[in-house]
Amino acid sequence: MKILTLCGAGIGTSGILKVNAERALQRLGIDARVVAIDASMLESELDDAQVILTGPEFVETIGRTFADVIVVENYFDTAELQRKLENALG
Amino acid sequence: MDDTATLPPLPDEAVVLRARARDWREAVEIAGRALTASGATDAGYAVDMIRMIEAHGPYVVVAPGLALAHARPGPAVRRDGLAIVTLADPVPFGHPHNDPVRVVLALAGASSARHLQLVAEIANIFNDSDAVERIADAATVDEVRGILGVAP
Repeated sequence: MKILTLCGAGIGTSGILKVNAERALQRLGIDARVVAIDASMLESELDDAQVILTGPEFVETIGRTFADVIVVENYFDTAELQRKLENALG
Repeated sequence: MDDTATLPPLPDEAVVLRARARDWREAVEIAGRALTASGATDAGYAVDMIRMIEAHGPYVVVAPGLALAHARPGPAVRRDGLAIVTLADPVPFGHPHNDPVRVVLALAGASSARHLQLVAEIANIFNDSDAVERIADAATVDEVRGILGVAP
């Protein structure tokens, strides 16, 4: 399974989401590859992605997709991430 | 997975405690000046960080009270760098949940890969939910270094 984390430059907040999502997935026992991207990489990465994790600002950028879009409020709240990932994947 | 990387040192010049900023732009400018004073970036990096927020919105406020200001690696980045600004009066960045900001952490990475590694390290620090408050209340640069676990 592939999970995308999306932010403005693909190297900042998406990196926080990546490391905390990997931690949450490990706790949930879910095997997935997490890739941090920016909006310019969205088109090429979206095809086989099951979930996109991002902040509220980027939802519009994503547009229509078959992937589950999970909006994260506090990037450091691993409990929030874990709960939302479990809802989407469980 | 090897996401572990040591954060760059935090010299005195890279920390401004109890700064006064009128708005988020000035807060990010102060952090940019601190990065430049530490030798990590050229002065233009502050403008790059402000443009990132103008272009993409206040999402850099990644947790209550904490703004992670940064821009892409580029000619303005001389080496990896970290700067901390605490604000005497909290400043709104326009974030729906995490305003107002008490701590601006400015980050410069020499490459995208390196930047991602540093961000992962920072995530580990701020997963401790008290960290923002402890930095905001820090009275000395040594206290800030202790919370971040970095060298001078």
